[in-house]
Amino acid sequence: MKHLIKAVLVIGALSLSACTNADRFNTTDTVDLNAQNGLNAANDINQTGLGGANDPSSPQFFSQTIGDRVLFEVDTSTLTAAGRATLDGQAGWLSTNSDYLAVIEGHADEQGTREYNLALGARRANSVREYLISKGLASSRIRTVSYGKERPIAVCSEESCYAQNRRAVTIISIGQNS
Amino acid sequence: MIKRILTLLTACVLAATLSSPARAQSELIDLGTLTSGVIEALPFAIPSFQPEVGGSEQMAADISRVIAEDLNGTGLFRQIPASAFISTPSGFGAPVAFADWRAINAQALVTGAVAVNGNQVTVKFRLYDVFSGAEMGEGLQLAGTTDAWRRMAHQVADAVYSRITGEAGYFDSRVVYVAETGPKNDRAKRLAIMDYDGANVQYLTDSSAIVLAPRFSPTGDRVLYTSYESGFPRINVLDVATVGRQQLGTADGDMAFSPRFSLDGRQVIYSLIQGGNTDIFHTDLTTGQHSRLTNTPAIETAPSFSPNGNQIVFESDRSGTQQLYIMGANGGEPQRISFGNGRYGTPVWSPRGDLIAFTKQESGRFHIGVMRTDGSEERLLTSSFLDEGPTWAPNGRVIMFARETQGADGTTGLYSVDITGRNLRRVTTPQGGSDPSWGPLQR
Repeated sequence: MKHLIKAVLVIGALSLSACTNADRFNTTDTVDLNAQNGLNAANDINQTGLGGANDPSSPQFFSQTIGDRVLFEVDTSTLTAAGRATLDGQAGWLSTNSDYLAVIEGHADEQGTREYNLALGARRANSVREYLISKGLASSRIRTVSYGKERPIAVCSEESCYAQNRRAVTIISIGQNS
Repeated sequence: MIKRILTLLTACVLAATLSSPARAQSELIDLGTLTSGVIEALPFAIPSFQPEVGGSEQMAADISRVIAEDLNGTGLFRQIPASAFISTPSGFGAPVAFADWRAINAQALVTGAVAVNGNQVTVKFRLYDVFSGAEMGEGLQLAGTTDAWRRMAHQVADAVYSRITGEAGYFDSRVVYVAETGPKNDRAKRLAIMDYDGANVQYLTDSSAIVLAPRFSPTGDRVLYTSYESGFPRINVLDVATVGRQQLGTADGDMAFSPRFSLDGRQVIYSLIQGGNTDIFHTDLTTGQHSRLTNTPAIETAPSFSPNGNQIVFESDRSGTQQLYIMGANGGEPQRISFGNGRYGTPVWSPRGDLIAFTKQESGRFHIGVMRTDGSEERLLTSSFLDEGPTWAPNGRVIMFARETQGADGTTGLYSVDITGRNLRRVTTPQGGSDPSWGPLQR
């Protein structure tokens, strides 16, 4: 009896064995400056015009010159002054180019639970949609989708990356919203 | 004597964590005493099961190994290595040399035999209390096809666990989860199903669309999950046997996610996004009727039914930060139950009904924790850069969750931990894994 008690007795203090430190990865900047720009692109390569960023009616002008995205502070969906300025440009472009429809993608950084971030991304996308509608765009032209924390564009676990990931991106296309 | 060992184990090893079979199932786990002690694992011996017919040797060794792994994996038991054995049984029916097992301090002894005939396998086992020399429960024989050998091993281990602890086991169970491959900014996600220990992984979807947060039905026959295959998050119902799937009809909304079944498998509660606002809704699968359960401008999500079906625990940021609330199954004014520092999300009601597991964020760290249903006796079980999404073992003793590591090379993996905070373990999966949902004991 005593033996068995001894063998199974509760002793000592409980330790949280779970406290393994996961913070051991060095974060690195993964932007490759040469990967997409093609520094020698003109040599012996056939080029097809896609409508340059200088053409004000091109999607490239929309995404690069006007800007297709707005950023948000931590755990907020309030538009910043810079964000409103970008959206003023988007609203103007969409008014002029009335064939285009827009889907607003809302995103969150990785600092949050999956479900909450989905809901937060939806709030951000909706902030953009409401602002564009307030600038006179037809609500039927603008849909929203949230990706929560599923689609980060910057992968480090630091504020410099998080700030890029807390975004709403306006994706334009010619077509019909179902 | 059987009763004695049960009583002793209950009193000494498990009283703090497990309720004895004599007590009501709904009795609260005594979390208070857990903070004051560590459990020393019970030493047990399991000589490799006897091959009863020629050609059964490998199967006998494999089954013995899986039983031992199941028991060792609980942290409540400790296998004595075969190298320490003084003697081994001469046959399944031979008298047990208890003195030889007492001498190496084995408290429990598992003996067994395996016979393979074609694609059929028969497993027999007996469990002994070594110090009294008495058998615990009666010998049991299991028969099935050879491809089900792991399940048979898990069932033996469940019987051993149950006879010694007075608790139901959890080894013969499966987990559905999201298998993850690729870098953080291009991650491919597939639904996968596996045995609780990571064996027998099978994929239920391809990675052409994002899939999130699968949830088993109470009987394990169906899985609810969120899919982007339409371009927008929507809830699918997948039949596990046929792998056929269809979209769940929900109330009108732009996006639907975070579904869970009721205990009878006929109701689904979930989050719906309308005009950027997330509320909780209910759909009756039998009648196809929908109803709204919350109506605020705040984010309400991650609903989970109580086992009796009368209540729903969920998270809301109506106070300004994510906190946990309980409301009636039909909605109504909820009661806030989380009041500590930090943010609380993804609550899941224990199958026993006594505890709620959750994810907590505080000071840049993530924790898996448990609290009573009134919010008292909060206890954090883990801590890391990112732990989230707890799910309960069918006996309410163990929690599985996902852990993501920090940085550009961050990866996801599944872990399990006791509700005491002990026995943190990585669950081995072929790739990364997240969003586990632990199914019931199989039948």
